[in-house]
Amino acid sequence: METAYNYKEVMSRPERLAPGHRMCAGCGGTVTVRAVLRALHPEDRAVVGNATGCLEVSTFMYPYTAYEDSYIHNAFENAGATLSGVETAYRVLKKKGKIKENYKFITFGGDGGTYDIGFQSLSGAMERGHDMVYVCYDNGAYMNTGTQRSSATPQFADTTTTPAGTASSGKVQVRKDLTAIMADHHIPYAAQTTFTANFKDLHTKAQKAIYTPGAAFLNVMSPCPRGWGYDPSELMNICKLAVETCYWPLYEVADGRWILSYEPKKKLPIEDFLRPQKRFKHLFGPGGEELIGLFQAEVDRRWEELRERCGS
Amino acid sequence: MAVRERLSGNEAVAYAIRQIAPDVMPAFPITPSTEIPQYVANYIANGKVDTEFIHVESEHSAMSAAVGASAAGARVVTATSSCGMALMWEELYVAASDRLPVVMALVNRALSGPININADHSDSMGARDSGWIQIYAESNQEVYDNFLQAYPIAENPAVRLPVMICQDGFITSHGVENILLVEDDKVKEFVGEYCPEHYLLKEKETMAIGPYAVSNYYMETKRAQREAMKNAKGAILEAAQRFERMTGRKYGFFEEYRMEDAEYVIVIIGSAAGTCKAAVDQIRETTGKKVGLLKIRVFRPFPEEELAAALKDKKAVAVLDRSEMFSATGGPLGAEVRAALYDVKSRAEVVNYFYGLGGRDITVEDFRQIYDRLEEIAQTHIIEDMYAYIGLREK
Repeated sequence: METAYNYKEVMSRPERLAPGHRMCAGCGGTVTVRAVLRALHPEDRAVVGNATGCLEVSTFMYPYTAYEDSYIHNAFENAGATLSGVETAYRVLKKKGKIKENYKFITFGGDGGTYDIGFQSLSGAMERGHDMVYVCYDNGAYMNTGTQRSSATPQFADTTTTPAGTASSGKVQVRKDLTAIMADHHIPYAAQTTFTANFKDLHTKAQKAIYTPGAAFLNVMSPCPRGWGYDPSELMNICKLAVETCYWPLYEVADGRWILSYEPKKKLPIEDFLRPQKRFKHLFGPGGEELIGLFQAEVDRRWEELRERCGS
Repeated sequence: MAVRERLSGNEAVAYAIRQIAPDVMPAFPITPSTEIPQYVANYIANGKVDTEFIHVESEHSAMSAAVGASAAGARVVTATSSCGMALMWEELYVAASDRLPVVMALVNRALSGPININADHSDSMGARDSGWIQIYAESNQEVYDNFLQAYPIAENPAVRLPVMICQDGFITSHGVENILLVEDDKVKEFVGEYCPEHYLLKEKETMAIGPYAVSNYYMETKRAQREAMKNAKGAILEAAQRFERMTGRKYGFFEEYRMEDAEYVIVIIGSAAGTCKAAVDQIRETTGKKVGLLKIRVFRPFPEEELAAALKDKKAVAVLDRSEMFSATGGPLGAEVRAALYDVKSRAEVVNYFYGLGGRDITVEDFRQIYDRLEEIAQTHIIEDMYAYIGLREK
């Protein structure tokens, strides 16, 4: 099942998301999709699901699809339930001898379709234990409609529905910890990852998620240049800073065991992650220090909590 | 030989589901349709059917999973009522526009609020524009028979549309009646195997379903759905003819009861037609007045021409709606029947009454009064009660 990571081999696998789609330059979403689909054994067939969002409207605009695999989009809030229907149909038709090939089932949703409006549908699909992977490409706001806050938006982020202003410091609340919530469904595999230098972490986790029998959840931080306000060429650097500041820790929960995938030798201050992003610009003006302090305290608290769960 | 049984409407539907054995059934409980998934779960638990049940966490997910399973190439069934179908709303449109032949057993119940668990048609009538074929029943026998005909209609290659088989909550769903059941092997043969042309899991083929289609394509998809709905008329009659050959029981778009010489007619949908038939018989026996009944079976597609032909020479017609649509004028059936009569230059006077909302009873006496009123209207041509409520407590 799990093979040693061979960067060159993995990267030279045929693309399953064809170029020519309409996603933005520097978008993390398509990087996530390509990286996850690369974890499929090239001989395996797949059905790719998708919640409504940037990804869907930019990759399957009638009459063109960017997917080499069979693909289903249904609506915004039901990617979990939709793919659970596909997976059930597969099991039945396979049992009846009507399908011979092996299929894997992977669905993608943004944080809007996953943390918020599709939360119930996701929870139901995971609880029922369908043999599928739900991948959240978390860019921390409703980007498709123009950067409105979601429950994945970090505290103090300037969004179009939580604008920073003279009487506002951006989003009031801290973000929902969806990976932990999904792990607490006691599914066989849940993991959190993003883009690291050689994509090993994402690849390995995607491979485990796809090939572990039963329900799996993968939360991939997938930055959005428009919503976060960074130069598209800075994508990999932003991800690195998220990991090195412990804003976005890399970890997995396999059969109930919490495992930290990476521990920075020297945890960087959260300012390093916040500074390059326009959505946090107001934190670097007068009075911002205190807010950054609060942000840091929340990151620290969660990091310690995670380390404790991982027993490290 | 057909099997004689005594079953409730819900039992009859569950029995039909066992006989058809669809591949997948996602369903969520809601009164009064809950028994259908319960009975099917029992059949599954005892090895009587190999349908795979998906224990979804809501009706929205029930129809979402139905869309997924149907797109994947499975034959799919679900059951619901009222607010359950309201929660599916968005998905009803998706199923229809994706051209997925899902069949839904709908046990009609009033929509909230106030919350009410009894029969009325506000759930399905509200979904009349969703692109689903809608077939209604008066009795348990009709629900069963309609259900057996659902897949041949839905899966007809010229149609490929979802179908809802409607019955009245409690009155039909929980009322136990004598029923004639078709033998299992005959049902299997009648319904046939589902062999879609394209599906997600097809060998050596990929498919993408559910695109983003902007203004340069959207309109054509609606036109294609419209064509399919027109084709459904033929498919419905074809299924009915095959069904008649198998069982001897005859079905069409609507049933005409003592209509040949009728002058005063009530148009109605569902179980109340039974009460209305009793009124028709009584009135004809006791007074000799020429009263008749037209019971709608198929509301989508709407049998406009056929209906107009059946009603155009009548003196007065009362169209009875079991749901409000708050146009502040008539109800959905009333509006469409009146529109159908316009083009045939009918001279019939038409009124549109509301009855039975939230399960309120309608009696033989109520129908008798409506027929009396139709006679008055035909004589005076004065209509002061165009959109009256029947059996309303005014104080």
